[in-house]
Amino acid sequence: MSAADSSALMPRLRVERVAKRFGQTVALDGVSLEVAAGEVHALIGENGAGKSTLMKVLSGAHCPDAGSLMLNGQPFEPSDPLHARNCGVAMIYQELNLAPDLSVEENILLGREPVAFGWIRRGERRCSAMRALEEIGQPQMPLDAPVRSLTIAQQQLVEIARALVGEPRVLIMDEPTSSLTQVDTENLFRVIERMSQRGVSVIYISHFLEECQRVASRYTVLRDGRSVGSGAMAGATLDRIIQLMVGRTVDEIYPRTSRSIGEPMLELRGVAGLAKPICVNLTLHAGEIVGLFGLVGAGRTETLRAVFGLDCLAKGSVTVFGGEDTHSSPAKRLAKGIGLLSEDRKEEGLLLGRSIADNLTLTRLSLLTRLGIVNGLVQAAAAGKWMAKLDVKASNAAQPVGELSGGNQQKIALGRLLHHEAEILLLDEPTRGIDVGSKVQIYRLMNELAGQGKALVFVSSYLPELLGVCDRIGVMCRGKLSELRPVDNWSEQEIIRAAVGQAETGEAA
Amino acid sequence: MKLAQFGSGDFLKAIRPFVGLFVVLLLFMMDAELRSVFFKGGNFKTILTQTVIVATGAMGMTMVIVSGGIDLSAGSVVALCSVVTARLIEQGHGLAAVLTLTVLIGGLVGLANGGIITAFRMMPFIVTLGMMGIARGISKWLANNQTVNPDEPLESVNRLMDNSQSPLTFFPLPDGVWLVLGLAVVMTVVLRATVFGRYVFAIGSNEDTARLCGIRVSSNKIAIYVLAGVFFGLAGVMQFSRLTQGDPSVAIGLELQIIAAVVIGGASLSGGAGSIPGSVIGAFMMACLANGSGIKDWPNYMQEIIIGVVIILAVGMDKVEPILQRFFRRRT
Repeated sequence: MSAADSSALMPRLRVERVAKRFGQTVALDGVSLEVAAGEVHALIGENGAGKSTLMKVLSGAHCPDAGSLMLNGQPFEPSDPLHARNCGVAMIYQELNLAPDLSVEENILLGREPVAFGWIRRGERRCSAMRALEEIGQPQMPLDAPVRSLTIAQQQLVEIARALVGEPRVLIMDEPTSSLTQVDTENLFRVIERMSQRGVSVIYISHFLEECQRVASRYTVLRDGRSVGSGAMAGATLDRIIQLMVGRTVDEIYPRTSRSIGEPMLELRGVAGLAKPICVNLTLHAGEIVGLFGLVGAGRTETLRAVFGLDCLAKGSVTVFGGEDTHSSPAKRLAKGIGLLSEDRKEEGLLLGRSIADNLTLTRLSLLTRLGIVNGLVQAAAAGKWMAKLDVKASNAAQPVGELSGGNQQKIALGRLLHHEAEILLLDEPTRGIDVGSKVQIYRLMNELAGQGKALVFVSSYLPELLGVCDRIGVMCRGKLSELRPVDNWSEQEIIRAAVGQAETGEAA
Repeated sequence: MKLAQFGSGDFLKAIRPFVGLFVVLLLFMMDAELRSVFFKGGNFKTILTQTVIVATGAMGMTMVIVSGGIDLSAGSVVALCSVVTARLIEQGHGLAAVLTLTVLIGGLVGLANGGIITAFRMMPFIVTLGMMGIARGISKWLANNQTVNPDEPLESVNRLMDNSQSPLTFFPLPDGVWLVLGLAVVMTVVLRATVFGRYVFAIGSNEDTARLCGIRVSSNKIAIYVLAGVFFGLAGVMQFSRLTQGDPSVAIGLELQIIAAVVIGGASLSGGAGSIPGSVIGAFMMACLANGSGIKDWPNYMQEIIIGVVIILAVGMDKVEPILQRFFRRRT
């Protein structure tokens, strides 16, 4: 193939001054991007910077107003996602797009089933699925298991396998690790490396800059719909990239003011749920942030839910403000001043169709109520106060929460705990899938709350933020919580070893 | 900012049923025959009276549908309660006792619905489908499988739906119309402005979130079905008043008309959206269409087709809007 020679000289994909507007809103305002064959290219930008729109243009979901796309030196004008896929541009979306009740095999070949006379050729389908799984180094994946029964990490891998079936030349991954733990992430990186060695170009979108640095060879930063910088990853510092992203220097990502640790507010003794957790001992003091690290499925979320009364508590005791109060319900916990931030803001944390004001004030409407009637003006004023405090970008308090960006949604979910004036905050992955700017604001807020003498539990799968924000950290592994140690007494390696269950020997000393 | 009071910024969606009604009236206006007969005070009195039963049921159904449920037993409960009303009048009870006891029976059926749905985490569709048969059966049993005609009519109940006083003028309206209008105002406030109302929307939008926010989902759901049952019971009294007899086989399929009114009124069957004024307007619009078809002397099947088309149009709007919204939301 002589085309192969010439393609070595030209980039696999070239995006030139692409612009796209929706009505009054300019989503893309001149974005240029070049990706070589086999290159892993990180696309970085805050939420709303235009990454998703650019990806939709590439995958054929949107048609650009101006600019040009070139694939292998040929003009590339995808009319719809299927066309783009047939041209070799495949996309893996942030939200999983799998049919949960179909099997792994069926999902991988969904829409591309080998067909003869209207009948699916099952043997061939099985071979293709196995080949795709082997290609990403996951031959052990159960082909017949319904996707619903898999972990999120496994589902992600199924999605990648599905994208590989069409033998894509460009693979776009939108926040692939937002719900993965470190070990699963490492796994994914090996898969990406493999694909890159096979000459597949990968466009990797992530908020996790450390990840981008680790996996990508080049980067492009988007801000306000423009590409504001690009270059080789090797020559770029994190600070430089963050500066490009936010347009200002973030000198302090993890603010930490001195705070005094007070009385115990929440004590868990041998807490166990129906399946998970198995044994959790924890004492949370006023003015303290305790971090819980662990792999997905280690039982961190289940611990918080059991304590909050959402799930059944099978064993152990819970002491709140010095009084034993083991079995409870969310209503009673909220009445005592304990709030839970759900890890899944879309499915559980927020009423996406309801207004910002309703979402902020739902747990404590009593503050805004006279004679059983909610005063809309007082409610809007209260909501406005929290929106200003949390720097929420929205048109007004009546806007449905579902229309906001991830970072702003999360601020609303957090704002609800503030409106409730919760004294004990159980925060489950509060920074998952949100932009750097919002993350920093949330870290600041947590620091401020601890400074006010509130007690926080911070569950996260992202180690740097735990190390940056928390006073003490505990690691959960298979339903059990390790001892809590002050942050300075942990090293990153120790924490990860504890999370994968290899730390018992070291810990005994 | 004013809309913020109502907890929803979607002004267009809120006025959609009114726009729909306006369009229907505008179309009627263009027809010479309808113009001369339809737009008369006396005719509007008739339409309003014909709206009462569906509108009463629709108020209860709105609560249920907004909370993400459905109640298929509505028609059967109306029939049951019309029989109960007849039996109570037979026994010589007065207006207050008849209303209270009948409404209580409706509420009891609602309690059974809500209790079973929450206790066993069963689908509202299935439970109320079963209850539809049970209530229908009980009403036939109670009526010995025939209509119940009280020997001494209770005038105050019969007057509820009697529009025969000065049939050519708009006023005076039957008591039932005033009752529905009053209840519509009260229920609008309940659903929009009270804490209970906010909880109904919260449960319908996302039950998990409601639970997370400390809302007692089960007891609120039971309250919703009881309240709905109360309204179906009241509609049963109206049904009795309309026929001045208790009829165990009346109101077959009424639940679907009620659901149609609620859906035309802007409610979403997946919960979290809907309004009392919208549902009442929906009921009124259906009565207008039926009345207009009657004046045009169109056959019954024509009416059915027209109302069917209107339902699909109304729901179609409901489906097109989220798609458009999602399209615009994805742009960034």
